[in-house]
Amino acid sequence: MLEMIHGKEENREDPEILFMKDAAWPVPFRPGLEYNSPAHGTWNIVHTGMLIPGSHQIYVCAANCNRGVVLTAAEMNATDRFSSIALCEEDLIDGGMEDLVIDGVSDILQRLQRKPTVVLLFTVCLHHFMGCDLEYIYRSLRERFPEQRFVDCYMDPIMQKGGLTPDQKLRIGLYACLEERKKNSKQINIIGNDLPTEENSEIIQFLSEKGYIIKDITRCHDFEEYLSMSESFLNLSFYPPAKVGAEKLSERLGMKHLYLPNSFDYDEIDENLSRLADLLHTESPDTRERRAKCERKLARAKEVIGDTPIALDATAVPRILGLTRLLLTHGFHVVRIYMDSFSPEEKRDYQQLKQMAPELTVCATIHPGMRVFPREYKEKLLAIGQKAAYFHQTPYFVNMVEGGGLYGYEGICTLSEWMMEAYREPKDTRDLVIRKGLGCESCI
Amino acid sequence: MKQVSVVISTYTADVSGVCSALYELGGMVVIHDPSGCNSTYNTHDEPRWYDMDSLVFISGLSEIDAIMGNDDKLISDIIRAARELNPQFIALVRTPVPMMIGTDFEAIREILEEETGLPVFYFPTNGMHSYVQGVEMALAAVAEKMVDKEVGEEDLMPDILPVNLLGVTPLDYSVNQTISSVKQYLEENGCKIISCFAMGSTPEEIVLAGNAKVNLVVSASGLLAAKKLRERFGTPYVIGLPVGSFGRTVLDKIRAAAGTHCSLTAYETRSKNDQKQTVQSEIYLVGEPVIMQSLQEAILQEYGKNTRVVCPLEVREEILLEECIVTEGEEELAQVLKNASAVIGDPMYLPICPKKVEFFSLPHEAFSGRIYRKEIPDFSNVDFLRAFFEKERNLDDDKNNCRRK
Repeated sequence: MLEMIHGKEENREDPEILFMKDAAWPVPFRPGLEYNSPAHGTWNIVHTGMLIPGSHQIYVCAANCNRGVVLTAAEMNATDRFSSIALCEEDLIDGGMEDLVIDGVSDILQRLQRKPTVVLLFTVCLHHFMGCDLEYIYRSLRERFPEQRFVDCYMDPIMQKGGLTPDQKLRIGLYACLEERKKNSKQINIIGNDLPTEENSEIIQFLSEKGYIIKDITRCHDFEEYLSMSESFLNLSFYPPAKVGAEKLSERLGMKHLYLPNSFDYDEIDENLSRLADLLHTESPDTRERRAKCERKLARAKEVIGDTPIALDATAVPRILGLTRLLLTHGFHVVRIYMDSFSPEEKRDYQQLKQMAPELTVCATIHPGMRVFPREYKEKLLAIGQKAAYFHQTPYFVNMVEGGGLYGYEGICTLSEWMMEAYREPKDTRDLVIRKGLGCESCI
Repeated sequence: MKQVSVVISTYTADVSGVCSALYELGGMVVIHDPSGCNSTYNTHDEPRWYDMDSLVFISGLSEIDAIMGNDDKLISDIIRAARELNPQFIALVRTPVPMMIGTDFEAIREILEEETGLPVFYFPTNGMHSYVQGVEMALAAVAEKMVDKEVGEEDLMPDILPVNLLGVTPLDYSVNQTISSVKQYLEENGCKIISCFAMGSTPEEIVLAGNAKVNLVVSASGLLAAKKLRERFGTPYVIGLPVGSFGRTVLDKIRAAAGTHCSLTAYETRSKNDQKQTVQSEIYLVGEPVIMQSLQEAILQEYGKNTRVVCPLEVREEILLEECIVTEGEEELAQVLKNASAVIGDPMYLPICPKKVEFFSLPHEAFSGRIYRKEIPDFSNVDFLRAFFEKERNLDDDKNNCRRK
């Protein structure tokens, strides 16, 4: 409706869309007010926290902050694993914040019929600004409930521009309950993913063939299985926000760590496998057949999709520039990418794309102009990711977030399949993209 | 503890309330917040977000800007966005951190007005109160600043009563048929709807609100705007929602208010004896008090059943009948509901109801968000409760038969 009211000036100095050749590194758009699109499939701290079997989340925050998290829990049918303590004005000035948190958590634990394995206690920006004595809070709670595990978690987005995001901090907290155990030299963890990694990916197959047991929180059925992750000698992390969590865990429990990001570059995939093989003192797998399979799959996808324009967004895969480059080099007609800043990991792809596709358009997602950005596309367009689908209002889209559990060569093959399927079969974009936490139960 | 919720949801807070009230009025709403408020608002509190554009943004406040008091960034970001998007006004909405650090919003408001030439509103929300406070302060500002002082007489038939609806947002009424049905009912019965604060009316229609002879307050969040319009134009107001046969009572009160210039509460109809029966009722209606107290009347008229209203929201006293129970927090509400034989309310209250209770699910967007949106009925009649009360009657008959035996 308001598109009719709000005209936009042409030739603005602060556009929400520009050409790749003009996109500055690492932030191509001037920071300012922020818009939030209705595409919500990425996971938030509530979804991720629920990965600990039997855990219970408690948020100590103002009603406005609580609203988003309590309803996230409700929409994933997990209200019985969520509680809150509402902050009011007096709590900020009466000097009783620590007591409020301790008594509030105690009240909740006493009233819960089923005692949780772990309490994830989330404090917020206000606690940080007040200088709340969190150490005292946790010490007191552990004294009161010696059988209970407490993990300090944070919903403090005010800190995210200058430090770790709440999401990164949670991926540290997720493994805080793991304690020293005797190491099993045949057991390896995948750390910090929200979605399980494809079983037939070459990395999983390689490890399985070598007799390694793989533990991943996304596949833990019960708390004991989760605790058994302590026995692994090696942590692997694939997902950029998980890297810091894997590092901290490895440091704390004396485990080894390899960050092997999911790449769309064949050489980097091989290099990742090679680093893993070196650490395991074994030979790197021969990937020639997998590489050839990728080429066949991509060629087949290109045959089906033809010159249909393609748009991608950064919520679909962490390495959006890498994927764009892969598609462009295989003849796909990529016309636009949606992202607000470039990942430090993608500098090489950024430079190559500037040369290879200078007219590729880069479009912001949080820029205020995106609120009134025309959301129609007259010709058929294939989107990879929910935001790209939303901004183009296309029913032809690959509904994936955070890499979708894909990895390596096999990931590229699966993505090619998904692209063909998305091209052929329209989806109900409106119904799908508004749902939170793709992969979790959704009650709406 | 009052502040603890072990299992139930929380009501939409004041920040989202302001955004919801101003959504269709052509302004640019800026929530001064690091992140999260916009996602919460557009996901759980705003059913129009996908289909209808509105300029609601966050400032993206960072720790360093908060500590250093860097308001210049906020100001320049707003000016830049306003120049590009041409809003009709700007609204500044406060959140917990700016409240805590004492951001001088009045000064920012003045600077923005001077720099942009636009009206700039500031709403001192802090995310710690319910949407009722947010919606009411926004609608009151609309009544004060957006309605023309000099109003022309509407060219209406002498027996047609011009009326505004106040307190309408999707938070109480979702985006279903209810408000259309209410408007239709009033217009079929001698009223003309001038404007609806603030859903389904253009800013141009809102400007004419001073033409109304009566303002109908259909939720607690419309009362402050009604008072403001009374102050400015002398317009009396009536509190109540035309629900089923209770609609006749509301119409009578609207006419009486127009004639006497006295403001009235439509659901204030009961004798002392009726009130006593209400207090003894074990059927509880939990939710927004104007809707629930109107529903209470309609249920009595159509099904002959006394019910008791429980208000879990912080509202002005004038909204509440003496016999209405006000609760604060989950524990207190659970204690009250222990006495219930039947509860009509949002399904997210079910976990704190006694196991034996008969529960009728009546979702409220401001409580359970979008989860049960498709189940929210058209409140303009009470047919949706027919099966429930027939069952209640059968249970009563069974009890009476048992007693006779």
